[in-house]
Amino acid sequence: MRYAILLMGAPYSDQASHSALRFARALVARGHRLEAVFFYHDGVYNAARLAAPPQDEPHLVDGWVALHDDHGVALQVCIAAALRRGLMDAREAARHGKEGHSVAEPFELTGVGQLVDLGQRCDRLVTFGP
Amino acid sequence: MSHDNDMPDGELLVILRHGPHGSSWLREGLDVALVAAAFGRRVSLLFMGDGVLALLAGQGTGALGQKGTAPTLEMLEMYDIETLWVEAEALARFGLDEHELMLAPQALTAEAIAHAVETHPRVLTF
Repeated sequence: MRYAILLMGAPYSDQASHSALRFARALVARGHRLEAVFFYHDGVYNAARLAAPPQDEPHLVDGWVALHDDHGVALQVCIAAALRRGLMDAREAARHGKEGHSVAEPFELTGVGQLVDLGQRCDRLVTFGP
Repeated sequence: MSHDNDMPDGELLVILRHGPHGSSWLREGLDVALVAAAFGRRVSLLFMGDGVLALLAGQGTGALGQKGTAPTLEMLEMYDIETLWVEAEALARFGLDEHELMLAPQALTAEAIAHAVETHPRVLTF
């Protein structure tokens, strides 16, 4: 089946991100297609490229990137939810006159329209939240 | 109270369970409803639990300076979101009457809510 995940929990604050990542891995391991993970609400913090968790904890950001690299899972971040929380890629940083950027590829800033589209295209859209 | 047979066939049910202040859940949930409607989806909105407080008329922006959600709610009709439901049990719990609420939502029993969740192909909860 074609799946998409909507993730709305902040990494390391709630269980949601850990559960979503494990669910995502289980999906591809069972031969399902995971089209995309859509990061919304506090879930956008999963895209923070500067995340540096202790080495004995799961690295969520690296986990999402590996899913993208190994299984072609799109990592879509709601741009409105991200910008107001200080998460932006180099292009948005330049646009807003900020010195650094906090989101990098393969995460992509996109609109809620993508979430609506995923809901249409996929057989299942599964939400993880706090 | 609504019964099973008069439910319109919506494509997306957005459930709002948070009040207008204290978190961004309500605003971000409403944003999804508006965007889905702008994309041509038939959207139904259900206010549950604390979410029913969003429908109290005369809400200001609050002391925190966050944007109020009342102006967004007033735009729903413009986006053709006309199926507005409110949880009857939550109204009773807050001592509210559905006639005190803005936008004239229809109150649903727990049974009718279960039916709404069952009949919408997609449900998003905020």
